[in-house]
Amino acid sequence: MRRIIVVFGFLCLFVAPSSAQSFKQRTDVCLACHGEKGQSETPEVPSLGGMPSNYVLIQLYLFREKRRTQEIMNDQAKDMKDSDLQTFADFISKLPPPKPPADTPDVERMARGAALVTKHHCNSCHNPDFSGREQMPRLADQREDYLLKALRDYKSAARPGYDATMDEVIRPVSEADIVDLAHYLAHFR
Amino acid sequence: MTIGSSARRALLLAGTFGTLVAVLPAIAQQPAAPAAPAAPAAAAPLPPGSPLIGRPDTEAAMKLAPVAAPPIAATAEKVLDTANKLTLAKGFKIEVYQTGLTNARSMRIGDKGTLFVGTRLIDKVYAVVDKDGKRVTKIIASGLYRPNGVAFKDGTLYIAELSKISKIEKIEDNLDNPPKPVVIYDNLPKDEAHGWKFISIGPDGKLYVPVGQPGNNVMPSDAHAQIRRINLDGTGAEVVARGVRNTVGFDWRPGTNQLYFTDNGRDWLSEDVPEDELNRVTKIGEHFGSPYCYQGDFPDPEFGWGHSCKEFTPPVAKMGPHSASLGMRFYTGSMFPAKYKNAIFVARHGSWNRSKKFGGDIVAVFLNKDGTVKNMEVVVTGFIGPDNNYIGRPVDVQMMKDGSLLISDDYNGAIYRLSYGNARTASH
Repeated sequence: MRRIIVVFGFLCLFVAPSSAQSFKQRTDVCLACHGEKGQSETPEVPSLGGMPSNYVLIQLYLFREKRRTQEIMNDQAKDMKDSDLQTFADFISKLPPPKPPADTPDVERMARGAALVTKHHCNSCHNPDFSGREQMPRLADQREDYLLKALRDYKSAARPGYDATMDEVIRPVSEADIVDLAHYLAHFR
Repeated sequence: MTIGSSARRALLLAGTFGTLVAVLPAIAQQPAAPAAPAAPAAAAPLPPGSPLIGRPDTEAAMKLAPVAAPPIAATAEKVLDTANKLTLAKGFKIEVYQTGLTNARSMRIGDKGTLFVGTRLIDKVYAVVDKDGKRVTKIIASGLYRPNGVAFKDGTLYIAELSKISKIEKIEDNLDNPPKPVVIYDNLPKDEAHGWKFISIGPDGKLYVPVGQPGNNVMPSDAHAQIRRINLDGTGAEVVARGVRNTVGFDWRPGTNQLYFTDNGRDWLSEDVPEDELNRVTKIGEHFGSPYCYQGDFPDPEFGWGHSCKEFTPPVAKMGPHSASLGMRFYTGSMFPAKYKNAIFVARHGSWNRSKKFGGDIVAVFLNKDGTVKNMEVVVTGFIGPDNNYIGRPVDVQMMKDGSLLISDDYNGAIYRLSYGNARTASH
């Protein structure tokens, strides 16, 4: 498992984007890290399959403007025009949703996670099946390490939301609960 | 899109290795420790401050979520199409004034006719000017955090970010190369929820600055849920109104100089209650109810216990359920028919927390002599399309010197101009 991660990590680096490239070459750069079939094999890099187009558009915008900080993504997005943001968002949204991970989920954590998503109404904006909609991302079968990072970053304001909603939702949620939420959503099926 | 030099590539390499090294031990560590027995969390109430308090587990409620304006402006064609779909009160006309102003929010006009426009979801403040017969948009400030509010006095532009107020002097003489905004006041909470600000300078020459309630339904601190006023150098802060949940528009009635403000009611109580408010301040420090009482007569199911709505100043008008009544101005021009003189024009951004969307229009509120509300009339409507989706969302209104009224639309990133009769196309 570790070897696979390292190999994919390397792959990410060898695809250099350039404005002279075709759209396919440019999207290959995305997929090298985010996974060809919408499923990321790279630590802390999200699976993008099944993401709503609006969500991807907003995130690409935030990366371009450096309001969401991630060096590689800031670099990838920095020269994108508004029309590029839309084109890439539409492309990404058509990737197939990720599959549930192969490992066996922890039964007790799953039970706590299920209770937490009910309590916090995550299923309200993100849909009962966590498929996401509009500006709200798909959560189902997302990488657990990425979910953990995203939730922690929202809570610490390291990742300010596009609007105030997620900040307001996550602020009263404890670190222990965040850990269970990430486990549950990553294994949701 | 290029990765320029080998140096940058080396940086990327280093960055990625850093990530891998940091992540691998975490992966290795994972689920070893047995978890504690599952807590009965399903029965637990939401933590205080959750914006979802009150939301029932019904299918209809699950369909509702805040609507986010896109980070890129609509094309000129789409804006024109939107304008053509709007319905207007008899005799009014609407035209597209400017497009391409992503997330256009609050507006102000400078002494020399420059239109200043703030934003909430992006980082920019725009200036729109007519030059040599052409209308151009300039970005006069960027890298700001939720610069929703703009005010103007004596050549100086004031900008309100989430938690600070700054100014640019002699802005209209320096539109092509404006200096960076200088902070005049930052003794403000940093909460995201209801932290963005509408600002305005009153007839007393002071800058009025709201601080929203930091969540849908939470007990605010002494520093929240209020409108303050400060001197233009940032000194002398004084609370003018309390119990203000989230005002995104206010203005002073010509003649009496009384402050009127819109206030947004809470979410998730019901489809029809509470309604947003239009309030009037008659004495300094008055309390308008939030979070104890909404719309003047509805005790909050949580914070209303132990209180009576009689303790608080009721609104002069209810503005409709979840309507998001935002920017407002008294109309002092003479282009519109006489009955509109000194009426309040209010932009109702439109609801998200309601199954059948409500608002998405511009209303005129007519006052009696004593300052109470006589009646209300819809002047522009149709921002909610026939399929219950937004085709645009009005945020603020701003009168031009000729008496026409500009309307900002943050959904399309556009400004419209509302005129009456045979008034010719706008010039400043």
